[in-house]
Amino acid sequence: MAGENKTVGTYIQKPRTLAAVRAEILSGNTKATDLANTYYERIGQINPRLNVYLSLTRDRALVQASRVDDAAKKGDPLPPLAGIPIGIKDVLVMKGAPATAGSKILEGYHPPYDATAVAKLETAGAVLLGKLNCDEFAMGSSNENSAYGPVRNPVDTERVPGGSSGGSAAAVAANMAMATLGSDTGGSIRQPASFCGVVGVLPTYGRVSRYGLIAFASSLDRVGPFAAYVRDAASLLSVIAGHDPKDATSSPASVPDFAALSDEPVEGLRIGVPAEYFAEGLDAEVRTAIEKGIAALEAAGCKVKPVSLPSTRYAVPTYYLVATAEASANLARFDGVRYGYRSPESETLSAMYNHSRDEGFGAEVKRRILLGTYALSAGYYDAYYLKAQQVRRLLAEEYLRAFAEVDAIVTPTSPIPAFKLGEKSGDPLAMYLADIYTVTASLAGICGVNVPCGATGSGLPVGMQVLAAHMNEGTAFRVARAVEAAEL
Amino acid sequence: MTAKVTVEEVERVAELAHLELKPEEVGPMLGSLNAILDYMAELNQLDTTGIAPLAQVSELGDAVGTSVLRADQGQPSLDRATVMHEAPETDQVFFKVPKVIER
Repeated sequence: MAGENKTVGTYIQKPRTLAAVRAEILSGNTKATDLANTYYERIGQINPRLNVYLSLTRDRALVQASRVDDAAKKGDPLPPLAGIPIGIKDVLVMKGAPATAGSKILEGYHPPYDATAVAKLETAGAVLLGKLNCDEFAMGSSNENSAYGPVRNPVDTERVPGGSSGGSAAAVAANMAMATLGSDTGGSIRQPASFCGVVGVLPTYGRVSRYGLIAFASSLDRVGPFAAYVRDAASLLSVIAGHDPKDATSSPASVPDFAALSDEPVEGLRIGVPAEYFAEGLDAEVRTAIEKGIAALEAAGCKVKPVSLPSTRYAVPTYYLVATAEASANLARFDGVRYGYRSPESETLSAMYNHSRDEGFGAEVKRRILLGTYALSAGYYDAYYLKAQQVRRLLAEEYLRAFAEVDAIVTPTSPIPAFKLGEKSGDPLAMYLADIYTVTASLAGICGVNVPCGATGSGLPVGMQVLAAHMNEGTAFRVARAVEAAEL
Repeated sequence: MTAKVTVEEVERVAELAHLELKPEEVGPMLGSLNAILDYMAELNQLDTTGIAPLAQVSELGDAVGTSVLRADQGQPSLDRATVMHEAPETDQVFFKVPKVIER
């Protein structure tokens, strides 16, 4: 249809590589301030349609950019991300800038501190452009749960970008930032990356500090980067990763040069393909695209073999029990007392809590809080929450056994490509079921990368999920580079 | 466990979660919760006798490593004025809230 074709591809623009831009800034051919302003111009032009940014941090960005330009002019050494324009998902706090978490309950809230991952980017010289739209409290798979309106997929603006980090994925796909930070609890980096055709990284749990990430499910939440190129995503991970005393779950493991690890050839690597991820429910065009990706890995010298992850079918209910239970606890802090929205004219404290939360939270958030509270309540704790945590151990151990036989596991990231706005929002359970390929890795704590892997016949991006064992992001990046190089 | 959630249970759980559902929200919420919980009952197909729950992936041992402790030492926290700037209602020292107890 002519009208439809007009929107397909109009907003898609691939950012340049970090290396290319760095070279220009080092040589003085490009000023960081000019680069930032160019991005703000583009944002001004297309954000009204795509609704990617919720707020801009222009003053801070330009101060940082000037700092970079001064250093470049003097010939001082420049940190690794000097001048690179980056967007931040609105669940990560930036001091003095709004942090809504996509919710009305935090409308007007300005956090008094920076998230560790944000601070690390800035120390590395990055220019932080603004806060990116997302599903409310990171709960969702389409960015339709944002209290500030959905994000539109730059590939086709009648379609969702995926979620919950829809803004983060769309920003890179539309070159509204060279890279972004998002968060992933059950697939919220990987799935929007696949829907928008960009690279998204799920770091190992504990690899990146959660300090300053507005919590959804504390045993599952991860902060991770989006970029247009695997090597750039790897570079970003090296910057934001590392032990943080402010996050008690932060790993003391040393952080390697992930970009260098990603340069290594894949010949001889053993790649596992789990049958459970290629069964019913997988869209035929997605299957074809992923099979081409697997063929590319074989051509590059990988040994592809089947692996078995038989408990996969229990992953979605397990995830939604664990995540909602933890969310019900984490979201108890939003009570109108110390920050955010307070419902006016409540007679008692209890009424103030109830009204503030009822008026401030959206339907999906309320649904998950209720589900989680129910699963934890007396009489149901054993049957639901405890049971889920036992199944979680089974799922994690299945992965450990599989990684004894293979170096990486590849799967489709999503059983379907980007769907139309409104198509699934009436059926919460259907939305949950679409997370089937991503939640197991979330529960097990392992790492992974979504790498673009071709497209459907109508041009919708398909993503391949490359999973690796705990702390083995280097292997995941290496395999992802090989898929990227095949230019499917 | 395929027990259907009742309206009374939803209201009790909402009370626990300090969420006040409007009358028109109760029906649809009940419907979604029941559909989701029915689906979750599939977990009962798995025999998990004797399996220790996995609450934190760091419990997986060698694969991930141990959790990290630090000395229990107080550190300066946030400046009060900065915090009170975000408060809905304050006398600049305390957060002001409606009464807790009926006289």
